[in-house]
Amino acid sequence: MKQFNSVFEGLGSAVTLAYRSFASLPNAPRIIKRVVEQAYLGGYSTLPIVSILSFFIGAVLALQSGISLQNFGAKQLIGTLVGESLVRELGPLMVSILLAGRVASATTAELASMKVYQEVDALVTMNIPPERFLVLPRLLAVLVYMPILTIVGIVIGWFGGAVVCEYVSFIGVDAEQYFHSLTQFLTITKVIDGLIKSEIFGFTIILIACNTGLRTKGGPREIGYAVTRSVVLSLITILILDYFITKALA
Amino acid sequence: MNKPCSTQDRSDRSPVGVEVSGLSKKYGNQTVLRNVSLSIVPGEIFVIMGPSGSGKSVLLRQIAGLDTPTAGTVRINGLDPMNPETRDRFALALVFQAGALFNSLSVYDNLALYPLEHRLCPKKDIRDRVMRALKILSLENAAKKFPSELSGGMKKRVAIARALVMEPQLLLYDEPTSELDPVMSATISEIIATLKNEFQVTTIVVSHDRDLALTIGDRVAILMKGELRTVSTAAELRQVTDPEVVDFLNPKIDLKNPRYQKLEAL
Repeated sequence: MKQFNSVFEGLGSAVTLAYRSFASLPNAPRIIKRVVEQAYLGGYSTLPIVSILSFFIGAVLALQSGISLQNFGAKQLIGTLVGESLVRELGPLMVSILLAGRVASATTAELASMKVYQEVDALVTMNIPPERFLVLPRLLAVLVYMPILTIVGIVIGWFGGAVVCEYVSFIGVDAEQYFHSLTQFLTITKVIDGLIKSEIFGFTIILIACNTGLRTKGGPREIGYAVTRSVVLSLITILILDYFITKALA
Repeated sequence: MNKPCSTQDRSDRSPVGVEVSGLSKKYGNQTVLRNVSLSIVPGEIFVIMGPSGSGKSVLLRQIAGLDTPTAGTVRINGLDPMNPETRDRFALALVFQAGALFNSLSVYDNLALYPLEHRLCPKKDIRDRVMRALKILSLENAAKKFPSELSGGMKKRVAIARALVMEPQLLLYDEPTSELDPVMSATISEIIATLKNEFQVTTIVVSHDRDLALTIGDRVAILMKGELRTVSTAAELRQVTDPEVVDFLNPKIDLKNPRYQKLEAL
């Protein structure tokens, strides 16, 4: 019962945090510098790892589907399978998982330590709302960099698949055929669906990270617990959300 | 709202009074403050003393509007300190025990944050204001440093400088001399007294430091186990007869004390 209550408490506090943050949106021009800084820290610096991961996900997907589709004589559909999987599901999901592991953990650690060491209290006494100063720049930044990261991830994943098709002999599909099949069934609606997913995932992850950080109480040990809680909660939430968003967009 | 930028321009801003009535605070089953009532006169240095765990810092947080009371009220010139408008109107500043400096910002940026965020004046004026505060606290050479590069005493002085940049009408200090050597403690005490005299700011200091309380405090309150035992001037405090207060103010190291003997037996 206690855990059940704490889930709803957390949910309520996250919604309140989002509301308070966006209530200070009229002050957005004065936080542009911090939005850019957060976009750099969260987006630009995550780009290399997104690229590496996406390349190999695309490659493995092409390899696995090559082996399976061979049995049905449908190798020419490898491109369609890799393309759609990455656009609609794996691209947004993998980038979100990376975001949870890399950016959300760092965000929670930073805000939790600011809370524990009274920096958040200092902001309150200076009449600078922490929601405006700490949360809103991160939320706006993730809305900017998340679709970019996702598109980059998807495109690099496609190339991963193309490399496998081109150089793994038993698949027997060249890169040209692969891209032909990839673009044949891919529509702009499917790409937009994937980007909507990634925006929702990114926003949710950063909101959970900020909320968990700002709710931290106690000492240094609680900072560690908060980081773990934030990452686990983000991963569970995006997987649950994924089901419902996919259903809604179907 | 266009606010004045220099201390001189704010001479029209008079110090504020604080009224605490029947204040109680509970955390779970633990009562930390019990029915505390006191009145702080505009422009005075009011020191709150008491042993560890007596609720001093909790009382200060209530006055700063950082925490909701379980019962009772705190009013700053009749207004609720939890209301952001009250804080904005009186520029309430709190110097935290550990400084609470923003570690990701340089000393200069820590000080400039308040006027920049509130867009009080042009950047050049903000620079003048920050440099003036740094000069008052003898920190001119620390402007480009980060908090992690500062000593404990410097961090305290930067925290005071940051409060000074706010040009507060109510300045709160939480244990300003803790973890400092006697010379630095004396320096900080002098700074607190000077700022009060120079800027006519109402000052509330929470401290264990008996010397600080009796030297710079216009009035001293003793808080024990969450209860207010006495509020008096330094001279009156020497006449207090409450044995617990007397023990607290005049601690003696007594090796024949049963508590010590018990420890020795261990």
